[in-house]
Amino acid sequence: MVTYLIRRLIGAVIMLLIVSMATFAIFFLVPQIAGATPEGMASRYVGRTASAEDAKIAADRLGFNDPLVVQYGRFIKGIVAGAEFDYGPGVEQCPPPCLGYSFITRQPVWPDLLDRLPVTLSLAVGAAVLWLIIGLSTGVISALRRGSVFDRAAMTLALAGVSLPIFFTGLISLLVFSYGNPFAVFAQGGHYTPITENPGEWAYNLILPWITLAFLFAAQYARLTRAGMLETMGEDYIRTARAKGLIERTVVVKHGMRGALTPIVTIFGLDFGLLVGGAVLTESTYSLPGLGKYAIDAITNNDLPKVMGVTLLSAFFVVFANLIVDLLYAVVDPRVRLS
Amino acid sequence: MSAETTPSDAFLELRDLRIHFPTDDGLVKSVDGLSFRLERGKTLGIVGESGSGKSVTSLGILGLHNRKNARVSGEIWLDGAELVSSTQEYVRGLRGKRMAMIFQDPLSAMHPYYTVGNQIIEAYRVHHRVSKAVARKHAIEMLGRVGIPNPAQRVDDYPHQFSGGMRQRAMIAMALCCDPELLIADEPTTALDVTVQAQILDLMRDLQRDFNAALIIITHDLGVVAELSDDILVMYGGKCVEYGTAENIFETPEHPYTWGLLGSMPRLDRESTERLLPIKGSPPSLINIPPGCAFHPRCSYADRTGGKGSAEVPELSEVRGGHKVRCHLPANERHAIWESEIKPVLEAQ
Amino acid sequence: MNSPESAGEAAVKAPTREPLLAVTGLAKHFPVTKGLLKRQVGAVKAVDGVSFEVFKGETLGLVGESGCGKTTTGRLITRLVEPTGGSVVFEGHDITHMSQSRIRPLRRDMQMIFQDPYSSLNPRHTVGAIVGAPFRIQGIKTEHGIKKAVQELLALVGLNPEHYNRYPHEFSGGQRQRIGIARTLALKPKLIVADEPVSALDVSIQAQVVNLLEDLQNELDLTYVVIAHDLSVVRHISDRVAVMYLGKIMELADRRDLYETPRHPYTTALLSAVPIPDTRGRGSRTRVRLQGDVPSPLNPPAACRFSTRCWKADEICRTVEPPLVELAPRHQVACHFPENTPAVQPG
Ligand SMILES: Nc1ncnc2c1ncn2[C@@H]1O[C@H](COP(=O)(O)OP(=O)(O)OP(=O)(O)O)[C@@H](O)[C@H]1O
Ligand SMILES: Nc1ncnc2c1ncn2[C@@H]1O[C@H](COP(=O)(O)OP(=O)(O)OP(=O)(O)O)[C@@H](O)[C@H]1O
Ligand code: SF4
Ligand code: SF4
Ligand SMILES: [Mg+2]
Ligand SMILES: [Mg+2]
Repeated sequence: MVTYLIRRLIGAVIMLLIVSMATFAIFFLVPQIAGATPEGMASRYVGRTASAEDAKIAADRLGFNDPLVVQYGRFIKGIVAGAEFDYGPGVEQCPPPCLGYSFITRQPVWPDLLDRLPVTLSLAVGAAVLWLIIGLSTGVISALRRGSVFDRAAMTLALAGVSLPIFFTGLISLLVFSYGNPFAVFAQGGHYTPITENPGEWAYNLILPWITLAFLFAAQYARLTRAGMLETMGEDYIRTARAKGLIERTVVVKHGMRGALTPIVTIFGLDFGLLVGGAVLTESTYSLPGLGKYAIDAITNNDLPKVMGVTLLSAFFVVFANLIVDLLYAVVDPRVRLS
Repeated sequence: MSAETTPSDAFLELRDLRIHFPTDDGLVKSVDGLSFRLERGKTLGIVGESGSGKSVTSLGILGLHNRKNARVSGEIWLDGAELVSSTQEYVRGLRGKRMAMIFQDPLSAMHPYYTVGNQIIEAYRVHHRVSKAVARKHAIEMLGRVGIPNPAQRVDDYPHQFSGGMRQRAMIAMALCCDPELLIADEPTTALDVTVQAQILDLMRDLQRDFNAALIIITHDLGVVAELSDDILVMYGGKCVEYGTAENIFETPEHPYTWGLLGSMPRLDRESTERLLPIKGSPPSLINIPPGCAFHPRCSYADRTGGKGSAEVPELSEVRGGHKVRCHLPANERHAIWESEIKPVLEAQ
Repeated sequence: MNSPESAGEAAVKAPTREPLLAVTGLAKHFPVTKGLLKRQVGAVKAVDGVSFEVFKGETLGLVGESGCGKTTTGRLITRLVEPTGGSVVFEGHDITHMSQSRIRPLRRDMQMIFQDPYSSLNPRHTVGAIVGAPFRIQGIKTEHGIKKAVQELLALVGLNPEHYNRYPHEFSGGQRQRIGIARTLALKPKLIVADEPVSALDVSIQAQVVNLLEDLQNELDLTYVVIAHDLSVVRHISDRVAVMYLGKIMELADRRDLYETPRHPYTTALLSAVPIPDTRGRGSRTRVRLQGDVPSPLNPPAACRFSTRCWKADEICRTVEPPLVELAPRHQVACHFPENTPAVQPG
C-alpha cells in the first residue's frame, strides 16, 4: 500500500511537470512559432504606447531572448521561489507561487486566484452533494424497477439533462425563479456572500447555480448508476448473496451498490477536479465571481498571464483529483490495492 | 397448488415442476414437468447438454429463478413443506440455512470487494444470531474443514488471492456453514483443471458423508456423475428422459439419448475406438421444442415406432425398480437394442 | 485385449522420416512490466524450451492443465507470436524469425482452428464470405469461381452448400465450428493446429467434430497438432501425445505407451484424476491425488517444475532439472524417478 502511494505521488508530480511544460509551450512557445517576436510579447508588458526601443529592452530584461530551457527554468523557479518582473519602467515583485503577472492590472495572478477559489469551491461542493444524492438514488431506483413508469420518466428527464446545455437550463431557471415573477424565490445572479460571513445568504445565493449545475451532472450520474446497477445485479455474486438467504435490501445495498458505485468514484473525482478548476458556463450565466468567470474575463481582455494562471491551477486540480481517485480506488477495490 | 395434494413423505420431492419464461420470441419452456424424489444422505446427478434446463431447475428449487418473468407451476416439497406456494420470505429463510448452492465459476460467484472470511461470516450470521467474533471462528473452522491450509490467515484474503481450486473450496465452506440438509452443486468443477476437479469431487464426497445432506450434482460430464451419484436423471429439452440408479444408467441404459451420450464420449477406461458414435443434429431450442418426443429429430430409432415419436409425447414410464424411461419403444425392444446393437459396439472398443 | 488396432494404425499412419515440423528449444517469455515506466520486473515463462517433431500424416496431441502453455505453443508454431528462443522449422524452412511478408506464402500450408466457435467468426459476414476469405486474401484463382469452391468446402465439412448466404448466428455451436474448419481447409493446408477444437461444444457435438477431423485427415492427408485439456479426447484423436506442465514437456510418447504405461508422475496423476463414466469398479480404482494447484508460471518451482506437487520428489528434484530423455523407444520422459521403469535397466 505504501509503495502504491509513493508510486502514485511520483506519478502525480511527473504529471504536473508535463502539464507545466505544456502550459509553458502554449503560452510562450506557440506564439513565438506563430511569428510573435520577443519584442511584440514584451510590448504587452510595457504597454502598446512604448517605443520599439523600449520594447526591445523590456524583452531582454524579461528574458524573452534567452534560450527556451532558460525561460522554462525561470518559469518553474517563479512558481517555486517567486519572481521579479523587470519590465523597464519599474520592477514588480511576484511572490511565490508566482503563476504569472498580469500586464493589465500590474498584479500577480496568484492572489486573484485565491480570491476567486472559494466561490468556485462553494459552487462545486454544493452542486456535487446535490447531484450525488439525486443522481445515484435515481439511478439505483431506476435499475431496480427497470421498465416502470418511474424508470422511464427519470430516464427521459436524464436524457434531457445530458443534452441540454447549461446556459439554456440556467437561463430558463433564472427566468422562472428570478427576475421579478411570482416564483422569484431565489436570488438573481451576481451575488456571492462568503460562508464565513453569513451561511444562510451564502446558500441562498448559490441555490440556483447549484441546481442548474447539479441537473446536468445528476442526469449523467443517474444514467451511469442505472447502467452500473443493471450490470452488477446480473452478476453471479448477486445470485450467491441471494442464495445465502440475505434479505433483498442487503443484497442490493451491500452487494449490488458496492459493486456498481465503485467505478463512479473515478468519474466523480475527475468531474469534481475539473469543476473546481472553474465552472465556466455556470459562473458566467449567473455572473458568479469564481475561477471560471475569471478565466473568461481574462480571455476577453487578452490577459495571457491570468489565463495561464487559471490553466495551471485547473490542471493542478485535475491531477490532484486523479491522485485522490487512485488512492480511493485502492481503498474500495482490494484487487487494485493488492496487485 | 390444488387443494387435494398430499404432502410428500420424501425429504425433497418435485412434482411436475414447470418453469416457463415468456419472451419476445415465444415461450421458453426451460423446465417442463419434472418430478423426482431425493432422500437425505443420497446424491442425485442431473446430466444433460447445454440449455436442457439443469440450472433453471436448481435455481427454481431455491427460489432463485428470475421471478419477474417466470411462470412456475407444480410442487416442490422440502421436508414436508411446499415451496412453490410459500411466500418469498419463507423460502428466503430456508436459503442458505436448510438448502444451499455451489456455483460453477467460483471467481465470479464471490464478491470481489469482500474478504472470503467476510462472505462466509455473512452467510452464517444471516441465520444465526451470533457476534462477528463467533462467526469468524466458525468461518475459520469451515475453511479448515474444506482443506484450506492456514485458514486463520487465509480467512482475511480476498477471492482473487485464492487459486481456482481454493476458491471452490471456499464456496463449499460458504454453502456448508449453516449445515444445510440440501446442497445443490451446479457444475461445481467445470471451471477447474482435472487434478483440481478430482480433489473437489473427493472433498464433496467426504463432506456429504459427514453432513448427511441430500446432494444434487448438476453437470454435463457423465464421468463426474458416475463418481458421485446414487441416482441419475438425464434431462433433454426441459424434461426428464431417463431416471434410475447409477447402475441402471451406466449398465442398462434404455433411452436412445442416453445411448447417444455414452457413445459420444471418448473414454480412458476402454480401448480407443476408430470412431465415436455421435448423436446427429444439435440440441433443440427450448422455444421450439420438437413436437412429440423432443429427441425424435436426432433419434436413430424414431422410425421404429411408426411415426409416433413426432406425434405424441411419450410418458415417463417405469421399467423396473424405479428405473424410468420416456420413450415410445416397447421396453423389451429397447432392452434388445441395448444388448445387441449398442453395448457390443461400446464395449468391443 | 490385444486389439489389431495398433498394427493397423502403424500401417496406415506410418510416419515418413522427414518431419513436417521440427521444433527445438522453443521458448516464449511474456515480459511482466510494472509502473509508469514499464520497467520489466519478470517474465511469464509461458513456453520454456520445448522440442518435438511432427511427421507428415500424424496427429500430435498437446495436453496439460490450464496455463501450461499449450495455446502459446500453438501460436508459436504458426508464428502468430514471435518466439523468445529456439527454432521452428517447417518443411525445411526455418521460420523462427522470418518476417511476416516472407511467411505469408507459408501460411497457406499452416492453419489454425480456434476454440471458440462464437467469437472466431465475424458475425457480419456471410458463411460464403468467411470461408472464401482465404482465397481472396491470398489472391488465389479457383477453377470454377470462389463460390463453387466454398460450396465444395461446406459439403466437405458436412454443411449444406445452400447455406452459403447465411450468417454465423443462424448456426449452432457445432455448425459454427464446422464453418471454422471449412475456412482453415480452404487453402489445402499441410499442417493444422487445432486449439481446443471441441472444448466449447456439447458432448454429442464434440463427437461429430472429432469424427469430422479424423475423416478429413484421412481424405486430405492432413497433419494435425491438436491442443486440448481433455485427456480422453486427446487419446482418441492423437498418434503421439506430449504432456505439458508449466511451459515444459514432461512426457512425449506414442499414444498407447503414454496412456498404458505413463512414466512421468504427472501423467500418472492426470490420468488417474479423469472421472470414468461407469459405475463398475467405483471405489476400486487406484487413485493418485495431487495436492494444491498448479504454481504460477511467473515464479515456477526450481529444477523439476512438478516437484512442489510430486509425491516422489526428492532433494535432487529441487536442485537438478531432469532432462527430457528417451527412456524407451519413442518414449521421452523428464523425471529423475520415472514410473513404470525399472530402476536398473534389465539385461
Ligand atoms: N430468465 C430467463 N428468461 C428466458 N429464458 C431463460 C431464462 N433463464 C433461462 N432461460 C432459458 O432456459 C433454458 C435452460 O437454461 P439452463 O440454464 O437451465 O440450461 P443448462 O441445462 O443449465 O445449460 P448449461 O449446461 O449451458 O448450463 C435456456 O435455453 C435458457 O436460455
Ligand atoms: N499475451 C500474453 N501476455 C502475457 N502472458 C500471457 C500471454 N499469453 C499467455 N500468457 C500467459 O502464459 C501462460 C500460458 O498461457 P497459454 O494460453 O499458452 O496456456 P494454455 O495451456 O493454453 O491454457 P488454457 O488451457 O487455459 O488455454 C499463462 O500463464 C498465461 O497467463
Ligand atoms: S420416443 Fe421415439 S424418437 Fe423418442 S427417443 Fe424413443 S424411439 Fe427415439
Ligand atoms: S523429477 Fe522428481 S519431482 Fe520431478 S516428477 Fe520426477 S520424481 Fe517428481
Ligand atoms: Mg447451467
Ligand atoms: Mg489455451
